[in-house]
Amino acid sequence: MTETFYDVMRRQGITRRSFLKFCSLTAASLGLAPSFAPKIAHAMETKPRIPVLWLHGLECTCCSESFIRSGHPLAKDVILSMLSLDYDDTIMAAAGHNAEAIVTEIVEKYKGNYILAVEGNPPLAEDGMYCIIGGKPFVEQLKYAAESCKAIISWGSCASWGCVQAAKPNPTRATPVHKVPGLANKPIIKVPGCPPIAEVMTAVVAYLLTFDKLPTLDRQGRPQMFYSQRIHDKCYRRPHFDAGQFVEHWDDEAARQGHCLYKMGCKGPTTYNACSTVRWNEGVSFPIQSGHGCIGCSEDGFWDKGSFYERLTDINQFGIEANADAVGGTAAALVGAGIAAHAGLTALNRAKQPGAEKQ
Amino acid sequence: MTVRNTPNGFHLNDAGRRIIVDPVTRIEGHMRCEVNIDEDNIIRNAISSGTMWRGLEVILKGRDPRDAWAFVQRICGVCTGTHALTSVRAVEDALKIKIPENANSIRNLMQLSLQVQDHLVHFYHLHALDWVNPVNALKADPNATSLLQQSISPHNPKSSPGYFRDTQNRLQKFVESGQLGPFKNGYWTNPAYLLPPEADLMAVTHYLEALDFQKDIMKIRTIFGGKDPHPNWLVGGVPCAINIDGVGATGAINMERLNLVSSIIDRTITFIDQVYIPDLLAIAKFYKGWMYGGGISGQSLLSYGDIPDDANDYSASNLLMPRGAIINGDLTKVHEVDLRDPEQIKEFVPHSWYKYPDESKGLHPWDGITEPHYSLGPNAKGTRTHIEELDEAAKYSWIKAPRWRGHAMEVGPLARYVIGYAQGNKEITEQINFVLKTLDVPVTALFSTLGRTAARGLEAQWAAGKMRYFMDKLITNIKAGDLATANVTKWDPETWPESVKGVGFTEAPRGALAHWLKIENTKIANYQCVVPTTWNGSPRDEQGNIGAFEAALMNTKVERPEEPVEILRTLHSFDPCLACSTHIMGPDGAELTQVKVR
Repeated sequence: MTETFYDVMRRQGITRRSFLKFCSLTAASLGLAPSFAPKIAHAMETKPRIPVLWLHGLECTCCSESFIRSGHPLAKDVILSMLSLDYDDTIMAAAGHNAEAIVTEIVEKYKGNYILAVEGNPPLAEDGMYCIIGGKPFVEQLKYAAESCKAIISWGSCASWGCVQAAKPNPTRATPVHKVPGLANKPIIKVPGCPPIAEVMTAVVAYLLTFDKLPTLDRQGRPQMFYSQRIHDKCYRRPHFDAGQFVEHWDDEAARQGHCLYKMGCKGPTTYNACSTVRWNEGVSFPIQSGHGCIGCSEDGFWDKGSFYERLTDINQFGIEANADAVGGTAAALVGAGIAAHAGLTALNRAKQPGAEKQ
Repeated sequence: MTVRNTPNGFHLNDAGRRIIVDPVTRIEGHMRCEVNIDEDNIIRNAISSGTMWRGLEVILKGRDPRDAWAFVQRICGVCTGTHALTSVRAVEDALKIKIPENANSIRNLMQLSLQVQDHLVHFYHLHALDWVNPVNALKADPNATSLLQQSISPHNPKSSPGYFRDTQNRLQKFVESGQLGPFKNGYWTNPAYLLPPEADLMAVTHYLEALDFQKDIMKIRTIFGGKDPHPNWLVGGVPCAINIDGVGATGAINMERLNLVSSIIDRTITFIDQVYIPDLLAIAKFYKGWMYGGGISGQSLLSYGDIPDDANDYSASNLLMPRGAIINGDLTKVHEVDLRDPEQIKEFVPHSWYKYPDESKGLHPWDGITEPHYSLGPNAKGTRTHIEELDEAAKYSWIKAPRWRGHAMEVGPLARYVIGYAQGNKEITEQINFVLKTLDVPVTALFSTLGRTAARGLEAQWAAGKMRYFMDKLITNIKAGDLATANVTKWDPETWPESVKGVGFTEAPRGALAHWLKIENTKIANYQCVVPTTWNGSPRDEQGNIGAFEAALMNTKVERPEEPVEILRTLHSFDPCLACSTHIMGPDGAELTQVKVR
């Protein structure tokens, strides 16, 4: 049971040369210098595959679907060689009692040494019976598995914030993992997004295994390596924003030239995520590149911040509850107001120029 | 003890031992299944229960209809996008918005890529382990697997003994590590697994290969929709603009993007033809004696149709996926389906965890009501929060029971294929005849678990071919000078009438899907979804008819009751999607909400 990642790879017939190449690629995908590759190699040579219980609450399975779209590392390699994905009801062979027995076995056998990954969230209304696993409320399974885990990964916006089923009026009282009453006090890594980017998900896993510690988290509990900057900060259309070149209508000339989508409601300026850099599906594109504004799907409560097509200035959502969320929301709205002033000024400058109308 | 005959022709007897499967795994969402088996281990009573409810339509009330696609897209991340497409069609129907031809082609490309990827992932990653034994693959001679591969798919270059030996080595080490991961606690010694080791090794190799390949198919949706899962859509068209050789073409769909789409389509067609279809037929050959699981597939089938050839025409003759209903097993008559007719589709709740003022009656989705009402019947075992056995005589599922003219219906690839076959659809008929001939089975073999699984594969093949068709159509239209992708004349809510209603539909990978909505004063006043797994996974109705899942389980022999792989096999053949199946709302759902309806 102490087999290491390296052992597994070697025994699978993978050469040391390929193994080291894999380590370099992993380093690169984490945005690390090539000098980190030997460290990754060392880590993988000395660690067993860590068991993972991947539980599903109220959700849509988009996180799992995203995960299997990872190009580096491939989902196949994560599942066969990096982790021991012992419970994940979306892909596991076992069902019924045999499936439930796995949760118990891992909890007892690997006390304090397994990862609990949560996709979705538990509803607390109706005694939890809006989500039933094995005849019992999902929240019970979640609390049981959390009790002895090493750390929790909250996959996606459901587990991190509540997401769509928690949008007003939240009929089932769907509750994000960190707010579940009575949940064991464990480190929680939030990886928000609806869903999160595949390569961000696998990179978080690779980081945990490689460095054997939690990634540095921001104040909201997200890995700062992927969530510390706004999409707007690194958007390739940013120069058009700065130049005051905006799409005014869908499919207008500006849209065909790839101008800024701010006026079409883009939430890139208030959304912390890696979409504009890592991009989606092995770097093929991201929402703004494909012509639609960001809808802010990795932000807390993004469903209740007005229409996706309203400009950020139209946002009106403060002051209902004075808690940490409201403070976060206010900060975001202030950023929005700053942008609006900026955009207004740009428009004013442009109006002074002859022929500005035509652009 | 209860013994009775259902109006739809099944003899139920709950005298025997009760077997429970919860959670049912390798599906989307959460479900529970209970069956009674007789002394010969044959299923004589079946209960399927949806075990989750999220209330999305309640949440939609009072929102901007142009945003609805994003909310409902989150109903399901597996059939991602099909709810969004259904939603924009419903809004466009309500507001009478016509979309450009390019938008229709792009939407079809996105929907068809979902069909292919979803079917592929279903076959290899959700369903295969019901037929394929990975542990048995360790016993295979890679040379034998190589010969098998070359015999069933002569053009597939990945067929050397070394290729299969690599997979076998990897699998061997994986098993020896003692950490079996997703294969842990499978029923690997069960005699219900019939493949010889060389076929198991081939299938496991392709399990891994398909996992690598499926992600590439979805890149088509990322190109047009910016990300996947959950790409972006737009009421009035598609959000991506087209610019082929103008200034700033790199900021839009351009030649390079189109080439990328095209190359993925080519590779997809190759993969389906060289890997998926040959595997399907090879596996089916070993199981063709296992003809269980027909259920109501030989009598009641429903499809709304999809993939409009020309934009904005949703009539049956313009839909490339067939539309219609078959009842009473009469394949000579395909009935017309009208989603607006209050007499055709109705939902019942006497066995669902919802309340109606009068539960003897069903309600058309326009007038639907949803008031969640969780309760267990007097004969249930266990407690309210620890269910040991359900009481199917009372309420027992979070799924409602939709009926078409009173009939429980099966939807999905098999329904579409049988309806297409009955209508004489040339492509579908050719495909079906090819399979029947290859396997040397009669047409009635379609009405089975295996028939459902085969239809899904054939549909993936069909859909891959149609991707090429719409790609060519898109190019032709662009060539003719049409670059339009969105119609914005009714984008501004001020242009909308005060009160309108609409219905949109698609064929999701799992079957017929429709959304009904009402818009009042520019906001959503009512939103209602009736989805494929609501049809297939429905509980009993007020007449006592059982739904498609329950019917398909009936009379199946379970080799080892403690390892009911046969139950999983049949349930999986429907590709259940429980997150989809379990949310509904209606005008009276308003009491649940605190959203102000303007």
